[in-house]
Amino acid sequence: MAWLRAFFDFFAGDLRADGIVPARGHTAWLVFFAAATMAFLAVFALAIAVAAGRLANTWSQEMAQSVTVIVDGPQDQRQAQTDAALRVLETTEGVASARALTPQEQRDLLSPWFGDEIPIENLAIPQLIEVIPAPQGFDAEGLVLRLQGEAPNARFDDHSAWRDPLVRSARGLRILAAASLVLILATAAAIVSLGAKASLAGNFKTISVLRRIGAKDAFIAKVFVRRFTLRTLTGAGAGALIATITVAFLPSAAATAGFLTGIGFTGLGWLLPLMMPLLFALIAFAATRTAALRLLQELT
Amino acid sequence: MIQLEAASYRYDDTPLLSDMSFGIAPGSFHFLTGPSGAGKSTLLKLLYAELLPTSGQVTLFGQPAHGMDRDQVALLRRRVGLVHQDCAFLDHLTISQNICLPLTVSGKSVTDDFAELLAWVGLGHRADAFPPELSGGERQRAALARALIMAPELVLADEPTGNVDWEMSQRIMTLLLELNKMGTTVLIATHDLNLIRTAKSQVSTRVLRIKDGHVQLAEVDL
Repeated sequence: MAWLRAFFDFFAGDLRADGIVPARGHTAWLVFFAAATMAFLAVFALAIAVAAGRLANTWSQEMAQSVTVIVDGPQDQRQAQTDAALRVLETTEGVASARALTPQEQRDLLSPWFGDEIPIENLAIPQLIEVIPAPQGFDAEGLVLRLQGEAPNARFDDHSAWRDPLVRSARGLRILAAASLVLILATAAAIVSLGAKASLAGNFKTISVLRRIGAKDAFIAKVFVRRFTLRTLTGAGAGALIATITVAFLPSAAATAGFLTGIGFTGLGWLLPLMMPLLFALIAFAATRTAALRLLQELT
Repeated sequence: MIQLEAASYRYDDTPLLSDMSFGIAPGSFHFLTGPSGAGKSTLLKLLYAELLPTSGQVTLFGQPAHGMDRDQVALLRRRVGLVHQDCAFLDHLTISQNICLPLTVSGKSVTDDFAELLAWVGLGHRADAFPPELSGGERQRAALARALIMAPELVLADEPTGNVDWEMSQRIMTLLLELNKMGTTVLIATHDLNLIRTAKSQVSTRVLRIKDGHVQLAEVDL
């Protein structure tokens, strides 16, 4: 529990020690606004990373749980071929269920592209059969061969042709968002470190006096580290809060099922943005402490 | 308490202090004198480890100055009270906060002795004033109070009466003499010979004079 006490002592501070270094100068505002801006961007990068990850999972796992059999060919053979394909599917081990989509369901699938008034009956649209595999899966190659024998106009589609590139894209986007997050955090660390160095250099006289009367480097560094950590925490808290509210008010994914409108968090994922100020504070603590101890040796 | 053995100091390639060998015993009263630029302040800095000798050895409270890390230097300075000519106060803090600064950096609490100390240096009524509001004499006495707040074993004063009139310099001198009578070792760097004569009439003192970069024991009739 010693670390917990040290943690609380750090945030509680020491009024006498805190007052030694005057709280003034442009670095205070610089650090606050930089932390707020970086945290705002970081929450967005995090939201994109989370959404991309969610999308990749959906495309790679949930959609892998369903396959489609497409029955094409002459219109007068369509129903017979569909029935034959359904018979094959019903007798295939590892297929939980198979059913032909109704004309209305097929119209619903096409309406986002062609509108609601599409005369589906007059178009040469193939019949789709939705196949839900059982948990243990089925022998896809065997099914293809059997379909070729029993229903030659039926094609098996496991969606991999369009799913795999999308999954790769989603994973790439997630890596890009994560890399952006790392860069944002590194930039925040650099800004806080520069601010701390400027503040230390600007308080050279104070530091010299403190060293002469017996202050250890750790004591002097703590005054600066605490100040910059709290400034960063406050700034990052404000930035993260504004970003979280903004993300919350983005159009929801459920409404349109589109990726661009699906950026956000779900469930416990909403706790992630709240972690951002703490992460920024930790980074500020490490960056300021390193900069302060190094600069103190150079200054005095 | 302090021992120098063949200690020298040079700025870049220019020798400033050469081959100094002397000791400062506990409870003693020393003056360090010499013309301006002779190296008095430099020698004082060697005695609180702000500078290290470029050759020879300086031993402070039994520890070689060269072997100390920064934390050990900080702990050493808590045993030494420093009074500078420029006082070196933090102007945004009150005089009482400035005087208590050594306690703050050491993590110690202010005791009842603080009020006595303020009264002793005649600043009881100025505790809440800020440094720029004080006269030169008041600042010097406040600097002395800050040097004494940790009850140091050694007081090093660099021209403590340099910015004050004769009457005030006598008052500060009296305080330092009282302090020495209470057992504190005192070393004062000054070029004010009248001050030295005043002290010599009241306590046993040693006068060290810097001449041509060497430290000599000066004669009584300065």
